[in-house]
Amino acid sequence: MYVLIVFLPLAAALIAGFFGRQLGDRGAQVVTSGAVLTSALLSWVALFQVAFGHAPVTITLFDWVVSGDFAASWAIRVDALTAVMLVVVNTVSSLVHVYSIGYMSHDKAKGRFMAYLSLFTFAMLMLVTADNLLQLYFGWEGVGLASYLLIGFWYHKASANAAAIKAFVVNRVGDFGFALGVVGIFYIFGSIEFDQIFAAAPEQVGKSFVFMGMEVDVLTTLCLLLFLGAMGKSAQLFLHTWLPDAMEGPTPVSALIHAATMVTAGVFMVARLSPLFEYAPDALTVVTVVGGSTAFFAATVGLVQNDIKRVIAYSTCSQLGYMFFAAGVSAYPVAIFHLFTHAFFKALLFLCAGSVIHAVSDEQDMRRMGGLWKHIKATYVLMWIGSLALAGIWPFAGYFSKDMVLEAAYAAGTTVGSYAFWLGIAAAIMTAFYSWRLLFMTFHGAPRASKEVMDHVHESPKVMLIPLYVLALGSICAGFIFAPYMVGHHYQEFWGNSILVLEEHVAMAEAHDVAAWVKFLPLVAGVVGILIAFQLYIRRPEMPAELARTHQALYQFLLNKWYFDELYDWIFVRPATWLGRVLWKGGDGRIIDGLGPDGIAMTVVRVAARAKQIQTGYIYHYAFAILIGIAAFVTLFFYGVD
Amino acid sequence: MIDWPLLSIVTFLPAVGALFILLVRGSEEVVARNARNVALWTTLITFALSLLIWIDFDNSVAGFQFVEKSDWLAAGITYHMGVDGISMLFVILTTFLMPLCILASWESIQTRVKEYMIAFLVMETLMIGVFCALDLMVFYLFFEAGLIPMFLIIGIWGGVRRVYASFKFFLYTLLGSVLMLIAMIAMYVDAGTTDIAVLLTHDFPAGMQPWLWFAFFASFAVKMPMWPVHTWLPDAHVEAPTAGSVILAAVLLKMGGYGFLRFSLPMFPLGSEMFAPLVFALSVIAIVYASLVAFVQEDMKKLIAYASVAHMGFVTMGIFTVTTQGLQGGIYQMLSHGIISGALFLCVGVVYDRMHTRLIARYGGLATRMPKYAFIFMLFTMANVGLPGTSGFVGEILALAGIFQVNTWVAVIAAIGIILSAVYALWLYRQIIFGQLTRDDLKSILDVNRREMLIFTPLIIMCIVMGVWPDPFLRVMDASVANLIEHHQLALDAANAVSVATR
Repeated sequence: MYVLIVFLPLAAALIAGFFGRQLGDRGAQVVTSGAVLTSALLSWVALFQVAFGHAPVTITLFDWVVSGDFAASWAIRVDALTAVMLVVVNTVSSLVHVYSIGYMSHDKAKGRFMAYLSLFTFAMLMLVTADNLLQLYFGWEGVGLASYLLIGFWYHKASANAAAIKAFVVNRVGDFGFALGVVGIFYIFGSIEFDQIFAAAPEQVGKSFVFMGMEVDVLTTLCLLLFLGAMGKSAQLFLHTWLPDAMEGPTPVSALIHAATMVTAGVFMVARLSPLFEYAPDALTVVTVVGGSTAFFAATVGLVQNDIKRVIAYSTCSQLGYMFFAAGVSAYPVAIFHLFTHAFFKALLFLCAGSVIHAVSDEQDMRRMGGLWKHIKATYVLMWIGSLALAGIWPFAGYFSKDMVLEAAYAAGTTVGSYAFWLGIAAAIMTAFYSWRLLFMTFHGAPRASKEVMDHVHESPKVMLIPLYVLALGSICAGFIFAPYMVGHHYQEFWGNSILVLEEHVAMAEAHDVAAWVKFLPLVAGVVGILIAFQLYIRRPEMPAELARTHQALYQFLLNKWYFDELYDWIFVRPATWLGRVLWKGGDGRIIDGLGPDGIAMTVVRVAARAKQIQTGYIYHYAFAILIGIAAFVTLFFYGVD
Repeated sequence: MIDWPLLSIVTFLPAVGALFILLVRGSEEVVARNARNVALWTTLITFALSLLIWIDFDNSVAGFQFVEKSDWLAAGITYHMGVDGISMLFVILTTFLMPLCILASWESIQTRVKEYMIAFLVMETLMIGVFCALDLMVFYLFFEAGLIPMFLIIGIWGGVRRVYASFKFFLYTLLGSVLMLIAMIAMYVDAGTTDIAVLLTHDFPAGMQPWLWFAFFASFAVKMPMWPVHTWLPDAHVEAPTAGSVILAAVLLKMGGYGFLRFSLPMFPLGSEMFAPLVFALSVIAIVYASLVAFVQEDMKKLIAYASVAHMGFVTMGIFTVTTQGLQGGIYQMLSHGIISGALFLCVGVVYDRMHTRLIARYGGLATRMPKYAFIFMLFTMANVGLPGTSGFVGEILALAGIFQVNTWVAVIAAIGIILSAVYALWLYRQIIFGQLTRDDLKSILDVNRREMLIFTPLIIMCIVMGVWPDPFLRVMDASVANLIEHHQLALDAANAVSVATR
C-alpha cells in the first residue's frame, strides 16, 4: 500500500507526460486525478494505521548510492510525522488536480500541466518518506524541478521564465547549505541514514571540529547548514524573494506548491531532524529568530500589495515563519499541526483567488476589482471561511494551531521565545488586516473593473467548487478534531518516536498552562486587525490613500518589499555578470591566452623568423620543446643521483 | 573466462573496420554510403564485444583482468594489455558512444565521408588502447597518437577558425606530452622496466617523485583540462563538428582523469600528497571561474565547454582526496559527464544542423515547434546541474563527501558550483527553448527526427539508470579503489617512518 501511495503519482505523470497525445486531454486528467485521489484515500488509511495505530513501517526498495560507508537506499519510511505529511500532500494535491480540470479548461497544454502536477506530488512524497538524507535531498530537488517547470508553465511569458529561474536558483542557494550539511553529517557520523544519525547524536553534544579554519560546534554547524536549505525551500527571510515571483505560475500551482506543500518542506525537515536539532540549542535559537522575523517582515509587506495572489503569497511566507519559530522553541508537533491546518485554509484561499481571477477574466490587481460578492457568492463565502481560519478566529482551524504556536513561543520562557511571541502577535494583527483588506477590496465597494469584464463575471463550474467545499470543510474542522491528538497533553502518544522533544525544552509541556491573557491575545489581535480593515476600507475608503501619501517613505519601502530584489541585484547579479565577462575576456583572453599559447606562438614565430633556418613551424616547436625537456631531464637526473 | 584476447579484439576491431573502408571503391555516393554502414556496424559489433568484458569482469578482483602479454620490442618493452575496476568502464563508455557518434554524423558530414569515418574508427582504437595499455610505451603511443585523428577532425571538418583551434590544441598538449615522455624515460631508468603493473608496486625515490608527478601533471592537467590550461577546450569545441565535440568531451578529456588514477596517485604517492593542495586550489578555481565565464557566453558550444571545465574540477578534486567517496565520485562524474556532455553537444548539433548557427541569441521559443527536443534538452540540462535522479548528481555529491573529509574550505567553495551551474544552464535553456518564437526562419523548424531520437534514447536511458541505480557501476570500482587507497596509505606511512627514523 505504501509503495502504491508514492508511486501511483509517478506512474500517472509518466503516462500523462509521454502518452498525452494518445490519451487526449480528458484521458490525462482522468489518469492523473484518479491516481492521486487513490493515493489520497490510501494516505488517510495510512494515517489511521500508523499514527493512531502506532505501527510505523519502513520499506526498503533497493540500494541507491553506496560508496564505502556513504550508503543510501530508496526507502519508504512511514511514521506518524510522515503519515500526517502524506495526508496533507495527497489530499491537497488530489483536490488541486480536480480543480485544475476546470481552471485550465482554456489552456492548450492540459496534459503537460497534469503530468507536472503528478510529478510534483511524487517528488514531494519521496521527500516525506525518506529514511536517509540523500533521498530527502532527492525529493527536495525534485519538488524544486517541478516548481520550476510549473512556475514557467506559460513559457512564452518572459516574466514567468524569469520567476522560474529565480525560484530554482534561490532554492539552490539553500541547497548549497543542504548539500554541505549532508556531507558534513557523513563526515562526522559516518552515515547518512536517519536511524544511525539520531542514535549517535547525543554523543556529539559539545564536540567541535574545524570548519573553514574555525573551531566550531559540531551539531550547531551541521544543523545550521541544513537549516539554510530549509530557509531556501520555505522562503524564509533573505531567501524569500522567489516566492512572491513564483505567483507567475497558474493559480492551482500556487495553491499546491507555494502554499500547502512544497514550501512547508523546510518545516518538515526541521521536525524530521528534531533528534538532531534538539541537541543543538544555538541552532534552534537561529531558527526561532529567523522564523519570528519572517513572520513579521512578510506580514508588513502583505499590508500594501495590490496583486491578490501576492498578498496571499506574503501571507504564506509569514505563516511559514510561525511554523519555524514553533519548531525553534522545540514545539515541533505544534509546527506540524499549524502546517496541517494551514495547508487546508491557504490552499482554499489560493483556489478562491483563482476562482476570482477566473471570474474577472484573468485580472489579478485588486484595484481593478470590487463589488464582486453579488456575482460569485459561493466563492465569497468560501473566501470568508479561509480568511477566518487564517486570522485565527474560533472555531476555525487556524485558531487552534496559531494559538498553540504563540502559546508555545511564550511558554518557552526564553528571550528569543518572547521575541518571536511579540512579533507573532504583531503579525497576527496585520494578517487579519490584510486578509480583510483583500476581502473588502475584492468583493465590496463599487466595481472598478470595466463594464465588459463585469458583465462577464461568472461563478466557477462545479469541478472547481467541489474541491473548495472539501477544503472549506478542512478549514473549519481540522483544528478542533485533530488538536487533542496532535498537540494535546498526550501528544507524544500520537507522534511516537517520529519527533523528539527533550525534557528540558518546556515549551510543549507548558503551552497549555500559560496565563489567560496569552491565550486570548492572538484572538484579540485577529479581531483588532479585522476592525482596522473595516474602518479603513468600508467606513472611510479614502483613508488608505491618504495614509500612503502622508507616510510616503514607509509606504514605498513596504510596497517595494523592503528593496530586497534591488539589493540582491546590486550585490550578486551585477557583480557576477561583470566578473564573468572580466574573467572571460581578461582572464582567459588576455592573460592566459596572451601569455600562454598565443604569446608563445608569437615568440616562436619571431625567433623562427630571425633564425631563418627551418621553415616548418611544427618541427621547430618540437625542437624547442625537446630542448626544454632535455634540460629538465638533466636536472632531474642529477636530482635523482643525489 | 574466455580464452581469446578479448581486449585486443575490442581495441583493434575498429582499425580493421577502417581498413575495410579504405578498400571501398566506386562513385563518391557509393563510397560514402558504404563507409557509413561499415563504420556503424563496426562500432556496434565493438560495443557488443566490449559488453562481454563487463559480463566476465570479476568485481572482487582489485588487480588487472583479461591480461595479455607478449614481447614486443627489445629492452623489456612489452605489448601488455589489461583492465581493472578503474579503466574497464571507460572502455565501455567509449564503445557505447561511438555508434551514436557515427549516427550523429550520418547526414551532417557530406564531404570526405570516407576519410571522416576512417579517422573516427582509428580514434576509437586509440582511445580504447589508452584505457587498456599496461606498458608505458604502449600507453604513450596510444595517448599521443589519439591526438592526430582529433587534430584532423577539427582541422578538416571544423568551422571557420579551425586552424587556430587545432593549432592551440596542439601547442597545449605538446608541451605536456614532452614532459611526460621525459618522465617516462626517467621512470624506466629508475625501475628498469616499462611494465605498468610492475611500476605500480615500485617505490620511486622520494626526491624524484615530485618531479615525476609534475611532469605527468603537466600532460594530464591539459587534457582534463584544468584551470589555467583550459583555454584550448572552448575553441576546439566550437570548431569541431558535432561528433568530434562529443568524443572530445566524453572520452578524450577523461584520459586526463584516468592518467591521474593510473599514474599520478598510485606511482607517486608522495608527490600526490605534496601537490594535493595545488590540485584542490586549481579545481575550485576551475569550478567557480568556469561557471562565471560560462554565464556570459554567446555561443552554445562555448557555454557547454566551460561547463565541462567546471565539472572536471569536481573530478580532479575528488580524485586527489584519496578517499573512497572522492575517488568513486570522481570516476563516476567522468562517466556521467561523458553521457551528459555528449548528449548536450548532440543537442546543439540538432539545431545547428537545421539553422547553421550556434549563437544563443539567434534562438528562442523552440518549445512551441519542438516539444520532443525541449524535453530531451531539459533532461540533460537538469542532469548537467546535478539534479538527483540523474547521473550527474551521484558523482557530484560523492566528490563533495570526499572533499569534506579532507578540506572544508575547498568543499564550501566547490558547493558554490551547485548554485552557479543552475544559473548558466537554466539561462541557456530559457534563451533557446522558452520565450516567444519570433524569428521567421525558426517558424518552420522541425522537431527531432527518428534517427536523432535513436541517438538520444540510449543516452536518456543511461542518464536515468546511472542516476537511480548506480550500483552496477560503483561495484565495479570497489575493489580497485580500495586497493588504490590502501596502497597510497602504506606508501605514506612508510615514508613517514623513514623520515622519523632519519631524524
